[in-house]
Amino acid sequence: MRRRERQLGALYALPLSVFLGLTFLAPILLVAGFSMMPEKVFDLAHMPDFSAYRTVLAQGYWKSVAWSLVLAALATLILLAVCWPLAYAMAKVFRRFTLVLTIGVVMTLFVSENIRLFGWVLTLMKGGLIEGYVRHWTGIGFDAPLYNVPVIVFGLVYVYLPFMLFPLAQGISMVPDDARQAAFDLGATRWQILREIELPLAMPGIMVGSLLSFVLAAGAMAESKLLGGRAVITIADEVQTAFTYGQNWPLGSALAMVLIAIIGTLAIWAISKADLDAMMGRKS
Amino acid sequence: MKTSRLASALLVAYGIAVLAFLYLPLVSVGLASVSKARYLSFPIRRYNTEWYGEALASDTVQGLLWISLKVAGIVTVSSMVIGFLGALAFARYSWRFRKPFQKLILLPIFFPQTVLGLALLMWFNALGIVPSWKTAIVAHLVWIAPIATLIVSIRAFGFDPALEEAARDMGATQWQVLREVTIPLLMPGVVSAGLFAFLLSWGNFPLSLFTTGADSTLPEWLFAKMISGYSPLVPTVGMLTVAGSAGMVAAGLILAWALRRLRPTT
Repeated sequence: MRRRERQLGALYALPLSVFLGLTFLAPILLVAGFSMMPEKVFDLAHMPDFSAYRTVLAQGYWKSVAWSLVLAALATLILLAVCWPLAYAMAKVFRRFTLVLTIGVVMTLFVSENIRLFGWVLTLMKGGLIEGYVRHWTGIGFDAPLYNVPVIVFGLVYVYLPFMLFPLAQGISMVPDDARQAAFDLGATRWQILREIELPLAMPGIMVGSLLSFVLAAGAMAESKLLGGRAVITIADEVQTAFTYGQNWPLGSALAMVLIAIIGTLAIWAISKADLDAMMGRKS
Repeated sequence: MKTSRLASALLVAYGIAVLAFLYLPLVSVGLASVSKARYLSFPIRRYNTEWYGEALASDTVQGLLWISLKVAGIVTVSSMVIGFLGALAFARYSWRFRKPFQKLILLPIFFPQTVLGLALLMWFNALGIVPSWKTAIVAHLVWIAPIATLIVSIRAFGFDPALEEAARDMGATQWQVLREVTIPLLMPGVVSAGLFAFLLSWGNFPLSLFTTGADSTLPEWLFAKMISGYSPLVPTVGMLTVAGSAGMVAAGLILAWALRRLRPTT
């Protein structure tokens, strides 16, 4: 029986493993190879000279990297604060409303990100949904809060909210009610319960939600392009520009490798700590 | 330590506010799509639906719809098959490389999609494959097949291995076990994975952007129009894609309900 299980497991894993090997791992290796090539070549038949990495350092591309990381960190912190009360309520307070919220939030994921961001442009622009009606009713107009850095963070918070909300709710649902009750009976204040009981026990959910939001936001580009009017150029945007307008594949690859290194380190660290069997409730 | 009435009411209000926040941009797009004016400005003075007629009659939009449907359809069927097999390896069987396999599957989900799209473009180029809507299917699957696997796995984790063993003890062959026990038990997971696969492919933009070559999907066309200046067709076609997703979700829910009705025992 054991032997059959082992063979079947390997057999069923084969299609997906081969597919991802050919379409995920191989392309990343190709990018790594191109990143070492002299600039502006379109094949790998050259001596590696790492000049693209020197360009990355010399041309100030680190600013885009720094901006992407700062924006992602800000968005993650705001998301933690915004999602915590709702995740708490979904896990501990609501009954049927949790289902309504879950379906309502998941449904937004199925609408293309750029349609939703475009919707925000229509909402926030001068003569848009908000300014247009305010001016219509009160006669007072104001400038559109678009094309700046805060609105990019706002866009990131908007787009990645589900990726924080659900892991957080999952984490909070693992805090036993008895522990909170006991602390309360012993005279702990609401604040002490949060700091000493809830935050530590919900930490796996907090970590998963924060990493997911951070990693996705660090690789984002549409928010700064559509809402931010490119007030800030993100690293993903630089990668795209180097490949398309710049026609400089080695430079694009080197920039991509920087992004992959940052995100990959975080993701692999997180994934190596996670026990998926326990998280997803495997029986036997 | 019960949550007080007032606190629960406030939390419900907060939940409704978050939902309103999530849907507000779609309200704007919806209103813009029925505005008669050539240049949009709120409040909208005259409403009509002529842009919908125009969009549906346009050859461009019909071509985009057809390409998006083809891609999403093939991605759906492929991820249901790959996801079903992958989930058995992910959740059901104990085998040597199960943990590394689980981790390999999570990586593409975390990966920035723009970079993945570009890496695939270089890869297709190196292999001498000309990008078209067919290569976009491959690109979508890199991201969607792992998600489908995770969704089926949730179902497979709750699956009692004793059921398969019982069938085998009673003389069923491996193929019979698969057909009579495993597939029916995992079917609800496979169907929801298919639904997710369709919707995620239908709305995907960053992966399509670099991998469709000369072809274009709906989200790609919308993005190109958005950054090149306002056109009344943008909100209209945007709403049509939203309607497509909503229709698919409704069909999925009806299917789930019908399946439960037909087979009350499972």
